[in-house]
Amino acid sequence: MQIRLKDLKKSYGSLHAVNGISLSIPSNLIYGIIGKSGAGKSTLVRLISLLEKPDAGEVHFDEVRVDNLTKEELIRRRRRVGMIFQNFNLFSSRNAAQNVAYPLEIIGTPKAEIAARVAELLELVGLADRGKAPISTLSGGQKQRVAIARALACNPDILFCDEATSALDPQTTHSILSLLKEIQRKMGLTIVMITHQMEVVRDVCDRVAVLDDGRVVEEGPVTDIFAKPKSDVTKEFLSHLVGTDASSEEQMVQWSSKSGAYILRFRGETTDQPILSQITRETGIDFNIRAGGVQKVGGEVEIGTLIVDIQGSEEEQENVVARLREFGVHVEKEERP
Amino acid sequence: MSAKILLLIWNSTLQTLSMVFFSTLFSLVLGLPLGVLLFATGEEEQGGIIPMPLLNSVLSRIVNVLRSFPFIILMILLFPLSRLLIGTSIGTTATIVPLSIAAAPFVARIIETALKEVDPGVVQAARAMGSTNFQIVRKVLIPEAMPSLVSGVALTIINLIGYSAMAGAIGGGGLGDLAIRYGYQRFRGDIMLVAVIVILVLVEIVQIAGNRLSARLLARR
Repeated sequence: MQIRLKDLKKSYGSLHAVNGISLSIPSNLIYGIIGKSGAGKSTLVRLISLLEKPDAGEVHFDEVRVDNLTKEELIRRRRRVGMIFQNFNLFSSRNAAQNVAYPLEIIGTPKAEIAARVAELLELVGLADRGKAPISTLSGGQKQRVAIARALACNPDILFCDEATSALDPQTTHSILSLLKEIQRKMGLTIVMITHQMEVVRDVCDRVAVLDDGRVVEEGPVTDIFAKPKSDVTKEFLSHLVGTDASSEEQMVQWSSKSGAYILRFRGETTDQPILSQITRETGIDFNIRAGGVQKVGGEVEIGTLIVDIQGSEEEQENVVARLREFGVHVEKEERP
Repeated sequence: MSAKILLLIWNSTLQTLSMVFFSTLFSLVLGLPLGVLLFATGEEEQGGIIPMPLLNSVLSRIVNVLRSFPFIILMILLFPLSRLLIGTSIGTTATIVPLSIAAAPFVARIIETALKEVDPGVVQAARAMGSTNFQIVRKVLIPEAMPSLVSGVALTIINLIGYSAMAGAIGGGGLGDLAIRYGYQRFRGDIMLVAVIVILVLVEIVQIAGNRLSARLLARR
């Protein structure tokens, strides 16, 4: 199912939580929506999951406009949309299997059919033997698995994940993300991941939209965003991830405690070429490498990052940067405070 | 104490039990929908699923007014209603009417408070799955709030035992009536003592049973 948003707006009092968002989310892939807290993510997800109506703008699922449905149509439409949450939001009065059964119960599925479907879903999320377990006895990862099974019960076309891994530790996050990826492939549904974690985008998303201040500041395939980030917000997200700021040690080998003046980003095949030494030989200008690393995006494409100082005068530096760009390297100059 | 007196106490106890039982039942019938409505029409931030500020504040006022009425006065005011419904305004059966009406707003508040304790995220999830409002109330809110609801009902019963004793003072029958007529007016301190002890035991039993049931419901989660 394809989702199209047209100039969506929603304010609370004088706060413009969502301020004119237009997006097209293609079907059958994992789409990330990333933003800092207060960027409008939660509001946006409430709008596209039909929990709230926008002040202005339109939401389309395939060719059907869904933001102006009547109460009954809305309830029917929501039953075709799955949703999982940061805090799992499971029913504590029900055990794991009864939680998964809930969406089937409310549409009046016969008991025998519910039992069979619940067993199948628990099997899918790897909890076949925990059906009778009270929710409080499950770990965070298991709770999210139950929530995923529950969200998939009615064979939705779309699965919204609202900060679904934010409350989980890194290993559990990883296993939940692989599960979501597997489910996406198996069931061919559209998954929309709302998150503030760039790791999530890097590891599972095909495309991503970056939100800031209620607007989309950047949108595109994840590999493009990683290789050629345009907006400051995106660069900031990447810096936390690949360690161009001092606080992060992940993914990056640092030779120097000081940050360099330039961030170079390479993608795909360029990571295998000796670009820097070639330019040094051509121009006689040296690089001082401060830190560097390579990471996999979407499990396949490699994105390399180097933080360097470039020797020489300003003009010479500009020449080098121009030469780097010819090689397809994305260059960002750090603003020194 | 003679067998006659013991029989009197036994009969009064049965009257009290019947008053409390039926008034609890009717106050739940009146208070449960009112409590759900109070909760549902409340502010969205507090979990209101169909926010209706005007209706909510009107209901809330009515509940407050009824709750702040001294019970004895309310009972006298409701004599005509008892006469209309039961045919008389004195006796155990007639007292059930004012007891139920006096307890209903209390029940409504207790239910509202219990429902407010339910995690709003869970309600949001139920709504996102396409539950109707009725399904949210019946299959989510009430089961999720059940341990608090059970404690609340126990509290209601205890209150009604107290109220029913007061009702005795104006011809309501039961243990309160016995304590006033025999114990106070005929200077039978022993009968008054027994009546008070029976009331105490009833309250204690309800409290313990309520706590146990609520704890057992919680332990199963």
